Amino acid sequence: MHPAKSIILFTTLSGLGFGLLVWLGLDPTPPTGWVAFVFFAVAYALALGGLAASSRHLRRPERALKAFSQWRSSWLSREAWGALLALSVMALYALLLLFGVAVLPLGWLGAALSLATVGATAMIYAQLKTVPRWHHWSTPALFLSLALTGGALLSGRVLAASLLLIVSGALQAWVWWDGDKRFARAGTTLSSATGLGERGTPRALFPPHTGSNYLLDEMVYVVGRRHAQKLRVIALLLMALLPLILLQLPLPHVFGLLALVSHTAGVLVSRWLFFAEAEHVVGLYYGRR
Amino acid sequence: MTDLPQHSEKKLGLVIDLDTCVGCHACVVACKGWNDQAYGAPLSDSEPYGADPSGAFLNRVHSYEVLPETGPAQHVHFPKSCLHCEDAPCVPVCPTGASYKRAEDGIVLVNEDACIGCGLCAWACPYGAREMDPSAGVMKKCTLCVDRIYNDALPEEDREPACVRTCPANARHFGDLGDPESAVSQLVAERGGIDLMPEQGTRPVNKYLPPRPRDGWGGDTDVLAPYLEPVAEEPEGFLGWLDRTLGKL
Repeated sequence: MHPAKSIILFTTLSGLGFGLLVWLGLDPTPPTGWVAFVFFAVAYALALGGLAASSRHLRRPERALKAFSQWRSSWLSREAWGALLALSVMALYALLLLFGVAVLPLGWLGAALSLATVGATAMIYAQLKTVPRWHHWSTPALFLSLALTGGALLSGRVLAASLLLIVSGALQAWVWWDGDKRFARAGTTLSSATGLGERGTPRALFPPHTGSNYLLDEMVYVVGRRHAQKLRVIALLLMALLPLILLQLPLPHVFGLLALVSHTAGVLVSRWLFFAEAEHVVGLYYGRR
Repeated sequence: MTDLPQHSEKKLGLVIDLDTCVGCHACVVACKGWNDQAYGAPLSDSEPYGADPSGAFLNRVHSYEVLPETGPAQHVHFPKSCLHCEDAPCVPVCPTGASYKRAEDGIVLVNEDACIGCGLCAWACPYGAREMDPSAGVMKKCTLCVDRIYNDALPEEDREPACVRTCPANARHFGDLGDPESAVSQLVAERGGIDLMPEQGTRPVNKYLPPRPRDGWGGDTDVLAPYLEPVAEEPEGFLGWLDRTLGKL
């Protein structure tokens, strides 16, 4: 799949933002006054920045409000509702915290909605049977664990962040290992795509058009896969191992910030691979993956 | 609403005969010709003769070679457009309700005024039947020529999809696949019509008729072959004497 900058930025930034909102909502002794203001400002900047980036992916963004209408059937619509509700509830929670009033149940509700939003984002990809690498429970699991990891780093929870870095790093490694086998496991081949398998071995002889088209640009992105193995190692080092070491050093504010920067850079690389490595079954019609 | 209809009695669709398709692309041209002037935003066609042409098509003809265990390879032309699936994965993913399947005849359509151009329906389609129009920024797909098949202003013989109307090999057939008595259903039953990617669970309405087996290499290649054998195997006259003499040396 084509790794669009808008979606990579969106999933990474809003994941961090909603992850931070989860931790702020669950905190039994939440920050108040100016400290609360700074924490919530960071969370909203990330979440809203991500959502703004996602609107760049739409060809007709002026109609974006229509995306709220199909929440009963569409994960994309549910994501829009989740984001709106999570940000509204947490805005009320934050406003009360500014005046020193902590309504904890409101925070729990906001945390649950924030998690649900990240889950809905992941389900947009996980629901697609056409992309076997994504069509798996591990897609929402990875999105959720990375959001919680980033949120823990942002809110300065050293122990939680350290544990989550190990969990999300291990999960990411397994997702790559298992993901490589999912296309074959799905059983879709050129034989089943054309129905010609019973007569022999089909082979794509020539494409229907001499140039490229929307399908090839959007769903048969094969350019960047050459360096995939190296990028996987880089991503894992940046998103899990390096932050884990940095967190154990003294001066938590300095090294904590470095850990956050490293983790974010690693997640960006991992998200790029998430799209660039994903093979859509339509590529089979063109003799590619 | 983007929910799929529970059941549609009528299932309008195409039956494509892979045995007779000659790969002329006339259906592609007829489709583009009709759909750049009728239903919805015209199919764009930017810089067709320039360095970087772009545009959208609703119908494309692939070409495959099938190599059997023994015998010669077979060349198959493979037209592909929307299959108007009964369990269309492109419909429920749509966040705006622009993508829908009609209960009355099973045609899958896009309400272009509600399309935000997110492209998720094209991701959900395993067949590559949907293309984003590069100019209009909305999703385009085969409408089964919904503006022809019910169009009283057209002569009756023209009330079928443009691709079917134009096919010179009669490789494309249009009809109601929900009615077992219809000509297309009979054709599918008789020729063993198949679904594309059945494992994707989309239950496509359009069916493909597999190519018939071809003759093998074995035996005579042609009934005229005996008449094509060389007439003078043995040289006669002076050349014959020379041939025999040289052979004795």
